[in-house]
Amino acid sequence: MDDQSLRAKLAEYTAKVEKTIAKRPERKNLEHNRLYTPLDLEDLDYERDLGFPGDYPYTRGVQPTMYRGRFWTMRQYAGFATAEESNRRYRYLLDQGQTGLSCAFDLPTQIGYDSDDGISEGEVGKVGVAIDSLADMELLFAGIDLGKVSTSMTINAPAAVLLAMYIAVAEKQGVSADKLNGTIQNDILKEYAARGTYIFPPKPSMRLITNIFEYCSKNVPQWNTISISGYHIREAGSTAAQEIAFTIADGIAYVDAAIKAGLNVDDFAGRLSFFWNAHNNVLEEVAKFRASRRVWAKVMKERFGACNPKSLMLRVHTQTAGSMLTAQQPENNIVRVALQTVAAVLGGTQSLHTNSKDEALALPTEDAVRVALRTQQIVAYESGLADVVDPLAGSYYIEALTNKIEQECWDYINKIDEMGGAVVAIEKGYIQREIQESAYKWQMDVENKKRIIVGVNQFQIKEKPPEGLLKVDAAVGEMQKQKLAKLRANRDNAALKTKLEVLERAAKDETENLMPAILDAVKAYGTLGEICGVLRNVFGEYQAHVSL
Amino acid sequence: MEKRIRVLVAKPGLDGHDRGAKVVARALRDAGFEVIYTGLRQTPEQIAEAALEEDVNVVAMSLLSGAHNTLFPKVVNLLKDKELENVLILGGGVIPDTDIPALKQAGVAEIFTPGTSTAAIVEFIKANVK
Repeated sequence: MDDQSLRAKLAEYTAKVEKTIAKRPERKNLEHNRLYTPLDLEDLDYERDLGFPGDYPYTRGVQPTMYRGRFWTMRQYAGFATAEESNRRYRYLLDQGQTGLSCAFDLPTQIGYDSDDGISEGEVGKVGVAIDSLADMELLFAGIDLGKVSTSMTINAPAAVLLAMYIAVAEKQGVSADKLNGTIQNDILKEYAARGTYIFPPKPSMRLITNIFEYCSKNVPQWNTISISGYHIREAGSTAAQEIAFTIADGIAYVDAAIKAGLNVDDFAGRLSFFWNAHNNVLEEVAKFRASRRVWAKVMKERFGACNPKSLMLRVHTQTAGSMLTAQQPENNIVRVALQTVAAVLGGTQSLHTNSKDEALALPTEDAVRVALRTQQIVAYESGLADVVDPLAGSYYIEALTNKIEQECWDYINKIDEMGGAVVAIEKGYIQREIQESAYKWQMDVENKKRIIVGVNQFQIKEKPPEGLLKVDAAVGEMQKQKLAKLRANRDNAALKTKLEVLERAAKDETENLMPAILDAVKAYGTLGEICGVLRNVFGEYQAHVSL
Repeated sequence: MEKRIRVLVAKPGLDGHDRGAKVVARALRDAGFEVIYTGLRQTPEQIAEAALEEDVNVVAMSLLSGAHNTLFPKVVNLLKDKELENVLILGGGVIPDTDIPALKQAGVAEIFTPGTSTAAIVEFIKANVK
């Protein structure tokens, strides 16, 4: 059928629809068109816009064979209480067929405070494991061969310190740094914009990040030096397009900073990775993943002149949307997570964390985590969704939506460029306000029932109080304090003092790479709070932009 | 004209999740209250001090990190020390049902858990502010 007759047929169809909805109105508030046809893809050029999997612009995936080669890495984010307790959970997950580790740290660790710091009171071991020094890190990975496992660490402001601890543990196991596989999140810009665990102001923070890029390119070449994260931006309430737009804008800022620091783009860009949210609207999410790969490939090739194909590929870890879990009828969350898993897999993720059904109420129990992991395994082994590469390509709707999200993404990137880049846009509060607007709109849509959340604003039941939730032992704080007191009494404090002085001098000299001095301080059993304290004194602390 | 109800929306502890706090703050403002938002990482002392300085009727704290059993009662006691017994104290966030009785016993007037509508919070404040 040629375009002209197709248009005529579409007009006939539209007339029919109008008659129908005059009698039987459609559901209201739907975001996308009723129907997509070849007319929506008139400008689509297969080679230019889609290409083949593993080829530019990577719309169809970053590897030629995708999940026909091997499934995505199943990586459950875990950690709570003490290093010993978390080590048990990690070994359990590996026994259950998990293929990579993902460490959750408690808030004092994420913000560079020791467990015995006054400000840590009540927070020790709560949202993740408490790590105060190399001694805790040794316990965390006891009996786990760091040469064989890949480990993702959700750590940002003090990422350099935790990476140094990981390298030091590996060394003690006899595994050299060049054999290590894993990721540090190391994405400070989204901390300012959406997640909140910042320490230092942007300038020294960007320096720490480029120092890590440089150090790892020479010493830890298989390490993913950053996971540029949209996940938390989405959790804070953004739309799908905002999630990838603000994140890619952050990515541009990191690449800019590294190039300004004198690095060659192809020396570090291949180790940049991303982190997306898998939200409820399955097909919109699939389009988002595809659009993000195309945008990043173009950014790296056209804007930064990267040549190595690895520099152009947006490799991504995904987590299902925690904010979409409901405290009401928590069993329903298993279904939500299954659908989000489908979105991530059809979107072509490289690794995935699935949330547990009880996470709107507490940290997950072992049983709940197992169901979440099984959900991935069922999608992988039973559903057939992983058998064909990018199976939704060519769908009128998916391709049109991929184009639309890409366009929205470019509009934001252009706007942020005009403001002077992501750092400036965050300092002005622009990105935060855009996210807040979307979050507020979402909440009002739920309250006005424009958006139905099953079990929350419709189909409610009288709930029984939830049972068997995980509770972190309140004694964890005390246990960590005692461990610290012992550590401080038994280590060579004079040797440590020298290492911390070297670190201080390095921090004051902007041309120095901080990684070697941090690694030395870590090996001398300097605590996270002591090391970050030195840096706090030199760098100062970030003062957040508060706006409503 | 009747004095407008003044609310301090606060984020105690180290938790960075402020989507809920900001949405609630804005909804309370849209409902006609005067709203002051503290921003992240406030110590109980800072929150009590802000409540005194801003002369608020309500302190609404949001916490998703699990530190509520330590931090909420601390704020309550500091407000008592400052003779702010009439301030209505509210809490919200990921707070297990089993923790709620003790928090209420400590002096938190109500705990709002995930799924609560902002309209319910507005109504509660209007009905209970002293």
